[in-house]
Amino acid sequence: MEQGLSQPLVAPSLSPAARRRQLREKVIAGLITLMAFTGIAALILIIIFVAKEALGLFLDAEARHEASLSKMFLAQDVPAGRPAFRWQPVSKVPKVSMIPLFVGTLKTTVVSMMVAVPLGVFGALFAAEFAPRRLRELLKPVIELLAGIPSVVLGFFALMVMSTVVKDVFHFDRPLNAMLAGLGLALAIVPVIFTVSEDALTAVPRSYREASLALGATPWETAWKVVLPAAAPGILAACVLGFGRAIGETMIVLMASGNADVISWSLGDSARSLSATIAAEMGEVVVGSPHYSLLFFIGVQLFLFTFVLNMLASSWTRRVVRKLTGGAA
Amino acid sequence: MKPGTRRAVGLALTSLTALAAFVIVAVLAIILFNIAENGAAGVTWTFLTQPPADGMMGGGIFPAIFGTAALTLLMTVAVMPVGVLTAVYLHEYAPPHSLFARIVRVAVVNLAGVPSIVFGLFGLGFFILFVGQGMDRALGHEEMYWAQPGLLWASLTLAVLTLPVVIVSTEEALRAVPMDHRTASLALGATQSQTLARVVLPGALPGILTGAVLAISRGAGEVAPILFTGAAYFLPDLPTHLNSQFMHLGYHTYVMATQSPDVEATRPLLYSTVLVLLLLTFALNLVAVIIRTRTRRKAAGAH
Repeated sequence: MEQGLSQPLVAPSLSPAARRRQLREKVIAGLITLMAFTGIAALILIIIFVAKEALGLFLDAEARHEASLSKMFLAQDVPAGRPAFRWQPVSKVPKVSMIPLFVGTLKTTVVSMMVAVPLGVFGALFAAEFAPRRLRELLKPVIELLAGIPSVVLGFFALMVMSTVVKDVFHFDRPLNAMLAGLGLALAIVPVIFTVSEDALTAVPRSYREASLALGATPWETAWKVVLPAAAPGILAACVLGFGRAIGETMIVLMASGNADVISWSLGDSARSLSATIAAEMGEVVVGSPHYSLLFFIGVQLFLFTFVLNMLASSWTRRVVRKLTGGAA
Repeated sequence: MKPGTRRAVGLALTSLTALAAFVIVAVLAIILFNIAENGAAGVTWTFLTQPPADGMMGGGIFPAIFGTAALTLLMTVAVMPVGVLTAVYLHEYAPPHSLFARIVRVAVVNLAGVPSIVFGLFGLGFFILFVGQGMDRALGHEEMYWAQPGLLWASLTLAVLTLPVVIVSTEEALRAVPMDHRTASLALGATQSQTLARVVLPGALPGILTGAVLAISRGAGEVAPILFTGAAYFLPDLPTHLNSQFMHLGYHTYVMATQSPDVEATRPLLYSTVLVLLLLTFALNLVAVIIRTRTRRKAAGAH
């Protein structure tokens, strides 16, 4: 060993078999690393190929005329008494305002958040802090089961069962409306908010709780004033994640919202969301037409919205972990 | 605060949170009960083995079951190797604090959040119009052969969608394999790949299977990504080629629920279809939960 220190190290000469083995190991490691590129590649390919099909909107002269950015986002000159924002891309004079779609998406999403956030966060608080161990171990798989219901089944349930109830309870004129779609969406995002919140709450170290209890606080004071604030960034992340899911969810809104491009803040009116518009119209569209590019452009917007929300949510989740472990993890 | 008020507020808060949890569970129970009650009578052997008849007003759903099974099988074959090896890279091969590994993780997290309808657009734009058209041109097909919606493109679209599910659960499974097993194997002179193939992967197998099952149950229920990459309203024949269109339980549900000329008449069939789809996804989820609890218990028993 002492000798080795004073002399330059020389790589030992390997037998041919050992060298082959080393080469094989390198090849395997290389292949595995290559496989890990797939996730990144998928994400990049998604944005490239969705954006590529949307690009026609800006390159093609006909499309630029039919669906310019100003026609999408600004009010148009229309005869008096007609709405200035319309989504009718297949009419004789195509009207391509995105505003009704934004309004519809926002309406259904806000309804779903108003229902799902309290339910999910309080449910998680119950599971993490108040429920006896047995009950809690039952609660988690049951809510995972709810998360496993395909969204088309939730859409079906909203359409078939909830629509009459919602119509009667709120005295709406239409059975399919923004409220119904929002409530259906809530079913889909409650499990997301519950699970992520519960993870954040259980990540709070036991020492926090013990310190609080030792100071004479009751269990609910500990839960409300110590554990909940400590987990706040994680719970915020859960809500942002739920928001992203609600924006992107397609089948429930497609089946329950009524799909009319009205602009109103009434929850009893039909609504048309960004995602449902793609789903409803892509089937009959001519490939390469302005309408086709327009639908892909909506896809780009959806991708960007959810991408930003995901990045926010994951940075907040990281923050809660760093805070609670004192930067150790 | 007086002790009395303090206790009252505590009780109120506890009941409020318990109520929230109860409402979630109750909603689930109502959904399950409603669908089971209305659908159970119609799930007969004929229903499961016959094609639809009378313009979807009668008959069964066999083509939709077949299509869903074929779709998810192809998807699983496509996603498992990629997902498992990516997780292996992240957990076994990536150097600590590797920038590349961190980027992979960020990509996976974001992939999990991409709306399913955007996957549908991606499938259409990339697989059908780019890869499919390229293949047709390269193979000299006069008519569209690959550049059209079909089983292969829909499965690959779903494979991309379920990739994060597989990666995350495989990584969890790898984390559960004790470090001692790896060091023992390496100390005996095994190479890293031998350790991986004969010690780590067999040890992580139950967790990897859980990932596969979760991916299948997720993939089987997704409708938005296959709307324009291969699902068909009604087909008299079962899909025979990778470029055939197919019927699908979820798409069938959507079409019958929204486009049927007589919803009242199709209602019993619709309920039975939904029940089959629900039982399928629940059975898969249940299998995943059972494998997971058994592995956890075994791991807990070993230490």
